[in-house]
Amino acid sequence: MATYKTQIRSGVYYDSAKLMMLQRSLAELPGVLDTGVVMGTDSNKELLAHIGLDTPEVKAAKPDELAIVIKAENEKAADDALAQVDSLLAARKSQGGDEYRPRSIESAVEAAPDAGWVIVSVAGRYATAVTRECLRLGKHVHLFSDNVSIENEIELKKEARELGLLVMGPDCGTAIVDGIGMAFANKVRKGPIGIVAAAGTGLQQVSSRIHQLNSGITFGIGTGGRDLKESVGAITFLMGLDVLARDPDTKVIVLTSKPPAAKVAEEVLKKARKAGKPVVVNFIARPITTTRDGNLFFATGLDDAARLAVELANNPPTLTGDEDLPIKKFTKEQKYFRGLFSGGTLAYEAQHILAGYMPKVLANSPINKENQLPDAFVSQENCIVDLGEDEFTQGRLHPMMDNELRIRRLYEEARDPEVAVIMLDVVIGYGSHPNPASEIAPAIAKCIAEAKNAGRHLEVVCVATGTDEDPQNLNDQIAQLKAAGAIVDTSNEVVCRYVGRIMRALAERDVVEEKAVGKPVDLENLKKPLSCINVGLESFYTNIKDQGAPCIQVEWKPPAGGNEKLMNILQKMKAPVKK
Amino acid sequence: MVDIEKANAYAVERFMEARPVVTTMAKALDVIPGMHENMFLHAGPPVTWERMSGPIKGAMIGACLFEGKAKTAEEAEKLLKSGKIEFSPCHDHMATGPMAGVIAPSQLVYVVENQTHNIKCFGNLNEGRGKVLRMGAYSDDVLAKLRWMESVLGPTVKAAIEAAGGIDLRAILSKALHMGDDGHNRLDAASILWTTQLAPFIAKTAKDTATAFDVIKFLGDNALSILNPVMAGCKTMTYAGHNVEGSTIVTTMARNGTDWGIRVSGLGDQWFTAPSPMVKSLYFPGFTEKDACPDIGDSVITETAGIGGFAMATAPALVTFIGGAPKDAIETTLDMYEITEAEHKQFTIPFLDFRGTPTGVDIRKVVEKQITPRVNTGVAHKDPGVGQVGAGVVSAPMKCFEDALIAFADKYGFN
Repeated sequence: MATYKTQIRSGVYYDSAKLMMLQRSLAELPGVLDTGVVMGTDSNKELLAHIGLDTPEVKAAKPDELAIVIKAENEKAADDALAQVDSLLAARKSQGGDEYRPRSIESAVEAAPDAGWVIVSVAGRYATAVTRECLRLGKHVHLFSDNVSIENEIELKKEARELGLLVMGPDCGTAIVDGIGMAFANKVRKGPIGIVAAAGTGLQQVSSRIHQLNSGITFGIGTGGRDLKESVGAITFLMGLDVLARDPDTKVIVLTSKPPAAKVAEEVLKKARKAGKPVVVNFIARPITTTRDGNLFFATGLDDAARLAVELANNPPTLTGDEDLPIKKFTKEQKYFRGLFSGGTLAYEAQHILAGYMPKVLANSPINKENQLPDAFVSQENCIVDLGEDEFTQGRLHPMMDNELRIRRLYEEARDPEVAVIMLDVVIGYGSHPNPASEIAPAIAKCIAEAKNAGRHLEVVCVATGTDEDPQNLNDQIAQLKAAGAIVDTSNEVVCRYVGRIMRALAERDVVEEKAVGKPVDLENLKKPLSCINVGLESFYTNIKDQGAPCIQVEWKPPAGGNEKLMNILQKMKAPVKK
Repeated sequence: MVDIEKANAYAVERFMEARPVVTTMAKALDVIPGMHENMFLHAGPPVTWERMSGPIKGAMIGACLFEGKAKTAEEAEKLLKSGKIEFSPCHDHMATGPMAGVIAPSQLVYVVENQTHNIKCFGNLNEGRGKVLRMGAYSDDVLAKLRWMESVLGPTVKAAIEAAGGIDLRAILSKALHMGDDGHNRLDAASILWTTQLAPFIAKTAKDTATAFDVIKFLGDNALSILNPVMAGCKTMTYAGHNVEGSTIVTTMARNGTDWGIRVSGLGDQWFTAPSPMVKSLYFPGFTEKDACPDIGDSVITETAGIGGFAMATAPALVTFIGGAPKDAIETTLDMYEITEAEHKQFTIPFLDFRGTPTGVDIRKVVEKQITPRVNTGVAHKDPGVGQVGAGVVSAPMKCFEDALIAFADKYGFN
């Protein structure tokens, strides 16, 4: 049975057109069957009587009282409808956003609550406060202004991270969102590639090349050139990477940066490896030792990055994880790698490659002096021992001819409960031992068996150098080593990278996933059609409008006329940031 | 730490919930708190005789003559200088007065009750335009009119108000804003609504038809007949939001022709003043800016409550005062949204899609954006005894708001 609810409001006046609108809006609410919204004049009451809405309250209403009657399916629907009267009366279309120029970001946000971005290009000394105000109002910021101190940059980015907002900048030239270029940007079609760039013209170059190669981009997220400095720690860069990794429309990610801090670059790559999609990396001036490492593809330059990204988008590669690695077999204590080499150059190359996988590799003959193994006869941490060095060959044959010393060392390493992986080189050919595997393989087998008895898994990997026409016969040597339980390959690099991946996985195995700092960027929100607010250079406003996106220009002046004392007070009085 | 946002929302909500109703009239001495035989109230913040503007001095002289405290202007001036008469701001006594705003103890005042919050405020009777006491004029004809108002108009209107069971000001103002009034400088529609609501009761209760005729004609001819009750009504609204701990909302703005003053909800009854600016005015024939007194009167209580200059967009007929194009009127209102807390729930602007008028000036926004409240106002002659010379617009001086902000920061620890 239908429920009737009546509300009488006295001392209010609304234009009759407004009341008719309210009546229509109420009638559209769920569960509402009929409504009457009138002033309580006799003729109006008669009208309501005709449609059966003349409740006792209506009958008693005076001409200067507003009567709202709801006929609804049930009591709740009627109450819900009445509860909405005030907001419906207050509802209005957004007021002439184009013509009027609000005087503050806050008023701009009131005029355009859906705007997700603010482009800030005010003088540097005001940029921090303006950016903070944008963050307070829940907006992403494209901070074009320069002359913002790095301390302020760090504070702003940290605040933004807590709120799940991006601060692109300071001194961020370029960004592309929803196909719309902000500040300096090119008209790049939409497509499957997402870019994060701590490099303004870098972003322009890569995105333009992608366009020229007939592909396009989802987002071009700028971060400002200092983001990958150690003190900033790639805050925006990592947030950008994270959101692109989550974006299903972004099939390939391109990361590019002006020369980054080495440590920060490693941190970024660590996260990039977990993106679950191909990531093309081009960090200017960072040497590359490989073109591919899992899902990471290393480009030699900006153009190469664009080319690679388009290729990967067109022909998605098969991405495999670490499923092939025996990580779970190791005990908790096993965390080190030992390389026992007979060949000096192979040992050097191993150092060079493995440096990309672990923080430090010691060696008795290090590439870099700071990685000197203090005592060649005593291994520690991750280390590579070249047993062909002078300290080992005095009074005995070179290890390529005499395996005895290396086998003794192999047993030592194998018995170390902290050792997980041992790498050996077996170099055959004229001059070498007539059948090295005949001595090394049984030792390997014994080591593996002993470790197994002690409850450990020992991974022994060998690089075998030689040919099948050598007197020792490469295939025969490999067969013996494999039979003993070793992983064998003829490429030193392949073996080293295999070792590297194991060591990296071991290092990450025990790391409890650090609690995510801050709040992730809301992807849904970021993917809405671009609507923005511009504070500063008017040409940016015009550019956005020309590209067909809504934009509001703020008629901005320094707060409190630039009076420092008053500005300071005002800042302190601001409402806390909306989280 | 005090929650300013919450305090402001609460204060302005009370502005908007307030429902002022004119319930009766009474002798100032009988109803105005703190009033005594030798006290004259005046507009604006406190002021001494020495610093007092011409119009207030003139009105004070007129009041002495009217009260029978002096026989000539010279005598009156001597008395006023003597210190025997206490001067006090209307706002310190829950009252408001337009222009000079002088209220003498034996004068009749409207009693306006905010029925939502049970707050009573008081306003004197409006004399119409031209040469009037509130503009500082005190000639015989001015005094004769005052006497007629006290003896005929007042008692008749009082009886009618009571017979009507009170007149709801909020309802009249809501309607008048849709009829081209701003609620301060233009009250043509509201005054007609006021007159039409009272007329039947005047016809019924006046002692004879001739009196009824005179009174209805006087009310109907005077496009400002409702101004004084409207001001008292606005005072009942803003006072409802006064003394809210932690609120940066302005609850009083007033001027005395010498100083401009404001009070802030969270700062109690402390005045923050600055020299009163000149009004950007259009002048009546024969007058120029040289004749004008700096900005004066309590009528800026209307802007404080969210109408007047703030509602300019709904009163296009007033645009001649501000440059001539309706666009300027709209921009004035849009600017006021920049410095206010809320959009009024009762007072709306059809042209802006029924957006509520900008309500509740926030000193933080005023200082941050360097935009001060815009006021529509009349202009008095600077010398006593002359009267109104024009009307126009004026912006409040920034200093009041900056000083208030600093005081607020001191009080609440935002330094």
